[in-house]
Amino acid sequence: MNAADVGLAGVAASLVLIAVAALLSRRQELGLERSILWAATRALAQMLAIGAALGLVLADDAPLALSWLWVVAMVGVGAATVASRARKVPGLLALSAASLGIAQAVSLAVVFGLGIFPLEARTLVPGAGMLMGNAIAATVLAARRTYDEIADHRDEVEVRLALGLPGPVAVRPYVAAALRTAITPQVEQTKIVGLVALPGTMTGLLLAGVEPVDAVLTQTVVMFLILGSVAVTTVLVGRGVARRLVTPDHRLVVPA
Amino acid sequence: MAPPLFEFEAVTVERGGRTLLDTVTAQVPDHGVTVVVGPSGAGKSTLLRLCNRLEVPTSGRVRHRGEDVAGCDPLALRRRVGTVFQRPTPLPGSVADNLRIGTPDAPDADVDAVLDEVGLTGLATRDAGELSGGEAQRMCLARTLLTHPTALLFDEPTSALDPASARVVEALATRLARTGTPVLWVSHDLDQVGRIADHLVVLIGGRVAQAGPYAEVVADPVPDVRRFLAGGTARRGGERGAA
Repeated sequence: MNAADVGLAGVAASLVLIAVAALLSRRQELGLERSILWAATRALAQMLAIGAALGLVLADDAPLALSWLWVVAMVGVGAATVASRARKVPGLLALSAASLGIAQAVSLAVVFGLGIFPLEARTLVPGAGMLMGNAIAATVLAARRTYDEIADHRDEVEVRLALGLPGPVAVRPYVAAALRTAITPQVEQTKIVGLVALPGTMTGLLLAGVEPVDAVLTQTVVMFLILGSVAVTTVLVGRGVARRLVTPDHRLVVPA
Repeated sequence: MAPPLFEFEAVTVERGGRTLLDTVTAQVPDHGVTVVVGPSGAGKSTLLRLCNRLEVPTSGRVRHRGEDVAGCDPLALRRRVGTVFQRPTPLPGSVADNLRIGTPDAPDADVDAVLDEVGLTGLATRDAGELSGGEAQRMCLARTLLTHPTALLFDEPTSALDPASARVVEALATRLARTGTPVLWVSHDLDQVGRIADHLVVLIGGRVAQAGPYAEVVADPVPDVRRFLAGGTARRGGERGAA
């Protein structure tokens, strides 16, 4: 048996740790018991549902088109998540769908086009999911920061516009600052990978009994893909937000 | 007859369900200092922002020297019509860096010349963040002058300055107006209006209450304008030119 054969009994046993967390919450009077139990129940239900759905998509006889459909759905859900977390940014749903979609397309084209992984459901769906999970957080950050940087510096932007600079040039320093903020966490995470924390892909592969060298190489590829896709999606969403805040005739339209 | 510097034809501006300007019709002559004056919220800054297309009208037309600004290239318009804003806005870098934001290729001699013009001789290498409020506002004027504008907009440029610094900026603006660069200046300070205005546009509640040469308006104000002027202490000719 390898570590991947957890089974329902294993999950049930791990609930002991949830009980410990709930007990600690009660002892320390944190008032989080219900929240902890609800989070654990919800996570279990969601994961079982996803597992069942993935079982269909990843079945040996399932057509690859089903996996692509899964990826498209992930982009849609990801875009909706981004839009709901940065409501003040106008038109973010379509913008984040385009940004996440393009970032996925570029990354997947590299992975499968260059033959890094074979194109099959078992590589496509988890790979796209991994990229999406990291890209969403960076996209939310990029959208919020770009909006805030421009809104916070509206006086400076209008000075630049009034001096005759085109809109995209007038907002460039503020968009750049926002994008640096959004991309930096991923860069930092890439720098410390393996030193401080063992990342998810590698841990999962090791638990599943894969040779450490193979697990490390796979993790390295995933980290590079994530960094690339985060850079693509943040730049696209940052520039897109800026375009919505400066009109084609070079006026700033951020609410005061 | 030469067309006016700016001409507003039935200009209305609505934003967020509010009417900021209501069918404004007025002319700004192509010489001297024209002051747009009125109480807070009268639409003064909005009127000014229409002149360089930082704002566009909901309806009506704005002309600059006879040309409909809606048909102008906004970037070229903003170089012809320079703007100094309410708050001094030094950007990161030296004074020279700031001056070159709109004119990156300006030679040192031009930078030094505009600094001389605004009384900041020798400060080109100073960090712009270290300037006093008055110096920073004069640097902002120099930054605008380096784009060689043929008219200047001032949006309450002295409201964040101490009285002495304010007088210096007023003196610079009136001197520029006398030497051929007409000025459109927004103010709510009636003392200041008395010192600098050749022409007045009085805005009250988004409408033009009265417009014309300064002396004529203050000599024979319509009732709304009389009430507005009585709310401040408008000084008359005796103190004009004091700056």
